[in-house]
Amino acid sequence: MPPGISTSDFYYILPELVLTGGALLVLIADVLLPRGSKALAWVTLLAIGATIASLVPFGSTHVEVAHGLLAVDQFALFFKIVFLGAAALTVLMSVRYLEIEGASPGEYYFLILCATLGMMIMAGGIDLLTIFIGLETMAVSFYILAGFIKPNQRSNEAAVKYFLLGAFSLGILLYGMSIMYGLSGTTNLRTMATAFVGQERDPRLVLAVILVVAGLGFKIAAVPFHMWAPDVYEGAPTPVTAFLSVGSKAASFAMLLRIFLEGLPSMSADWRLMFEVLAIVTMTIGNLAALTQTNIKRMLAYSSIAHAGYILIGVVAGTPRGVAAMLIYLLIYAFMQLGAFTIIIIMRRQDVVGDELKDFSGLHIRHPFAAFAMLLFMLSLGGIPPTAGFMGKFWLFGAAIDAGYVRLAVIGVLNSAISLYYYIRLVVFMYLKPQGAGSPVTTSPSLGIALAVAVIGTIFLGVYPRLLFDLAEMSARTLGVAAVTAAIR
Amino acid sequence: MLLLIPLLPFVGFLLNASFGRRISKAAAGAIACGSMLASFGVSTIAVWRLVGLPPESRALAQTVLRWITSGDFDVSFTLRVDPLSALMILVVTGIGSLIHIYSTAYMHEERDSEYARYFSYLNLFAAFMLVLVLGSNFLVMFVGWEGVGLCSYLLIGFWYQKESAADAGKKAFIVNRIGDFGFILGMLLAFVRFGTLDFQEIARSVAALRPETTFGTLSALTLLLFVGATGKSAQIPLHVWLPDAMEGPTPVSALIHAATMVTAGVYMIGRNAVLFGHAPHTLTIVAIIGTATALMAGTIGLVQNDIKRVLAYSTVSQLGYMFLAMGVGAYTAGIFHLFTHAFFKALLFLGSGAVIHALAGEQDLRRMGGLKRELPITYWTFFTGALAIAGVPLLAGFFSKDEILYRTFAGGHLWLWTVGLLTSLLTATYMFRVVFLAFHGERAGEHPAPSTEHPAPSTQRHLHDAPPAMALALIVLAAGSVLAGYVGVPRAVGGSNRIEQFLAPSFGEVRLKPDATNDARAALLQPGQERQEEAASATEGLERGLMGVSSAIALGGIGIAWFFFLKKKRAADEMAVRFAGVHRVLANKYYVDEMYEAAVVQPIRIASDEGLWNGVDVRVIDGAVNGVGGLVGGSSSALRRIQTGSVRLYAVSVMLGVVVILGYYVWR
Repeated sequence: MPPGISTSDFYYILPELVLTGGALLVLIADVLLPRGSKALAWVTLLAIGATIASLVPFGSTHVEVAHGLLAVDQFALFFKIVFLGAAALTVLMSVRYLEIEGASPGEYYFLILCATLGMMIMAGGIDLLTIFIGLETMAVSFYILAGFIKPNQRSNEAAVKYFLLGAFSLGILLYGMSIMYGLSGTTNLRTMATAFVGQERDPRLVLAVILVVAGLGFKIAAVPFHMWAPDVYEGAPTPVTAFLSVGSKAASFAMLLRIFLEGLPSMSADWRLMFEVLAIVTMTIGNLAALTQTNIKRMLAYSSIAHAGYILIGVVAGTPRGVAAMLIYLLIYAFMQLGAFTIIIIMRRQDVVGDELKDFSGLHIRHPFAAFAMLLFMLSLGGIPPTAGFMGKFWLFGAAIDAGYVRLAVIGVLNSAISLYYYIRLVVFMYLKPQGAGSPVTTSPSLGIALAVAVIGTIFLGVYPRLLFDLAEMSARTLGVAAVTAAIR
Repeated sequence: MLLLIPLLPFVGFLLNASFGRRISKAAAGAIACGSMLASFGVSTIAVWRLVGLPPESRALAQTVLRWITSGDFDVSFTLRVDPLSALMILVVTGIGSLIHIYSTAYMHEERDSEYARYFSYLNLFAAFMLVLVLGSNFLVMFVGWEGVGLCSYLLIGFWYQKESAADAGKKAFIVNRIGDFGFILGMLLAFVRFGTLDFQEIARSVAALRPETTFGTLSALTLLLFVGATGKSAQIPLHVWLPDAMEGPTPVSALIHAATMVTAGVYMIGRNAVLFGHAPHTLTIVAIIGTATALMAGTIGLVQNDIKRVLAYSTVSQLGYMFLAMGVGAYTAGIFHLFTHAFFKALLFLGSGAVIHALAGEQDLRRMGGLKRELPITYWTFFTGALAIAGVPLLAGFFSKDEILYRTFAGGHLWLWTVGLLTSLLTATYMFRVVFLAFHGERAGEHPAPSTEHPAPSTQRHLHDAPPAMALALIVLAAGSVLAGYVGVPRAVGGSNRIEQFLAPSFGEVRLKPDATNDARAALLQPGQERQEEAASATEGLERGLMGVSSAIALGGIGIAWFFFLKKKRAADEMAVRFAGVHRVLANKYYVDEMYEAAVVQPIRIASDEGLWNGVDVRVIDGAVNGVGGLVGGSSSALRRIQTGSVRLYAVSVMLGVVVILGYYVWR
């Protein structure tokens, strides 16, 4: 790798620098502010807001930074917006939760910002090294966050499990990456792509692809690499679960797209087949397993696995439209998933854990708006118009049909039908069962904001999705998809 | 600016729907009427600007937003005013405003909240109707098309506590859905065929094609669209909902079920004149259905005793006329009749409303009579409307109806012309039957106030003529019924047929079926000074002759009504007895409802009870669902058992995944 980084490179990583500064500020503020002050959340939000503001100059930038370590393009930009938005919502939903759990907020917000930083590097990375550093930054933050409620045994167990299995899968991923480096002599994805042309039959390369698929399959919780997800999702603090299932998943998909579409376009015949099988298995197993869950967080964990299956359809399609569909879906998914978790956090009260199905009984009497919002999120997750979830699925399945994968679309639709069963079951509990026990359900201002944002996003993107469509298509085009499309022909 | 036209009534709807319960009747009425009048004002300005443009480029468009873009599928929410839609928005907002004003008095006995609900629906209807006529592509039109259907349903069933009203609303909705299904299919086919839903673009690509001589895609898609039109415009075989729709408040009948919504089908064909012009087979069907409907409804109208039902069948019949015009390619004539009909039919409905209002809900003609003295304003305006619809010379209906009959005759459709003429006779007769029975003669005793519409205080026995708000609407519409025809005075009698020149650009180069008068008509449609005069003189004699015939027919029809229903009332009853069979068939509306009941409703009911519910649903579907459910649930529990929480097992699962993929490659 050529040494030396110029000053202009620092300009291009301004958002990352701002976020790093913000994270440090949170640590300092934690010391200066009185114990238990809610102001810390606002400092965090300020850091996120400043980072979003610092993205503005890069609206149409398309450059490689630091000798091809990072790309600053619209693809990365799109993901960065998703990450930062998700982080902001996560912070909003954490305030009261941390208070109830009695956890110290300082390190918590710091780690949320660190994880976000890692994600941003993952989305921008076009070199295996940067991507890996980003991944580790994110993963290590999440290992700690998962076990953040120290007195809670399940939280501890989740953290340890996540850490052990994460390390294990990371080993597999690294093994694959090292073979890729060994065969091409470079870690830069774009250089690698040219080096691999004509090497399609090399069994070592096929092995590398398999290992990378498995490693990434773990990150996006694709079956059969998914088994950690339900346990971790259930055990981790709820806001962390929310961020994990949205942010970490989106970042892993960004990384997946970078590696396969930019680095391994010549191997597309192989990885498309693998991802197709993974998509089918993941959708089906995820939805089937969700059917009998009685814990909402666990149910959403399986639902999240199933959604990873849907999103994989876009990778299989491999076309610009498929990638655009993935971006669209990931953003829409962020709104509905975070919205659903916000409701679960609203249900968490001093005397009620609030993540069991029966806790939702008769919610429409206790808190009509929360019940309505949850209904909306469930319909959206199930893909019912006029919610955003429908538009997302419509786009994904449309891309699959467009690329000639009618069978994937059919399986996807069948799976959506299965999934409705467990989404609607929750609705039945909320609207048709008598009221459950426990203290009244209330929202706090920050939870209210988070909920409102999620509700508005879920409705708005379902009714008027055009802006998002345009943005996603523009972003997808900046990725080296053209090369893949050419290789497929 | 165009957006304001539908937006203003929509804002009116929002205001009345949100705050209607809390504001006074005066405020609710003012909001509704104000928004309509403002919309009318904006429409006038828009049309004014349109007229200022040179004829060949007369179109204003506004893209409100690009709605759906998906690959090469691009639908924008675009509104467009061209001569055709200009005429329509003036009718909708102009006559709509009058009917709103009329309603403020007519609905005054409703409770405050009901009053506001009524006006909110009426405003919403106007907004959707304006979207329908302003839409520049099928999808936007469809939004309006469905929207007006919804409002029609809501307003027919406005008195929802009354079972017959609720049923009528449902019937209208269901019958319209059948039509809409055809419309959707037609729309999809159009998209498949042309790759766009924009009216102008479709017209442009169709214009390059030859007319379809065999029954092909164009015929199929136009026919499907026409199915939609038969539903919305109450043509055979989907006409059954309109007479029942009279359960709604009378101003609603005037606005929705006479002047505007029901003409949407005619408008839709006019909008796609070039497309339909290329499907001669469809046009023939349109003409035949239109004529048959006109005749059938006219004969039924002759024997109905409910004043509103007579008018309803009259509307169906007049719509049939319009479709006849469309079917023979006389688009201008059809739209011209739509225009004049809006005036006199709204007038007649509002007049009948004034009668019903005065008689505290009485609708039966047999219990009316001699109202001329007590309700002079209502009488004279109603009389004017009746003259206009009958086709008495120099009134609005004369010019437009005559234009249709002349075009039909000139087009060589002798049979259709004959039936049209016969219907014209019927029209004059049944209309004046109403006039004579309701306003002349003596009142048939004190009526026992069945009060279907107005459960008014029964102490108030004296009759009162229309209150000012109602009188205003009646008088303005009466003036319109006299004057509206003068925009289209044919050249044969020294006019210049300005409406034809005005509308011509909207219909594009309308290709006509080859026949003897093709040249003459082509010349008329495309003004070229010399040929125009030449052709005009060649056909003038014919046109004048036909005018004479239809004038005579109209007067003859009035004469027949005078003889049977004023001079020798017994003669009518004797006729009814002598032709008891015919009378029964007509009174029972040709048993169409009964046929539907026997052929559609009962079989569906039986099939769904016995076949679908007990057979398919219980056995097959429930069985399959329970079976699949069991299977799915079973596998779900199995999956649950694997999830033991053991980290080692999870790691094995990951490893196993890798091994399986590897194995696949090794095996291959």
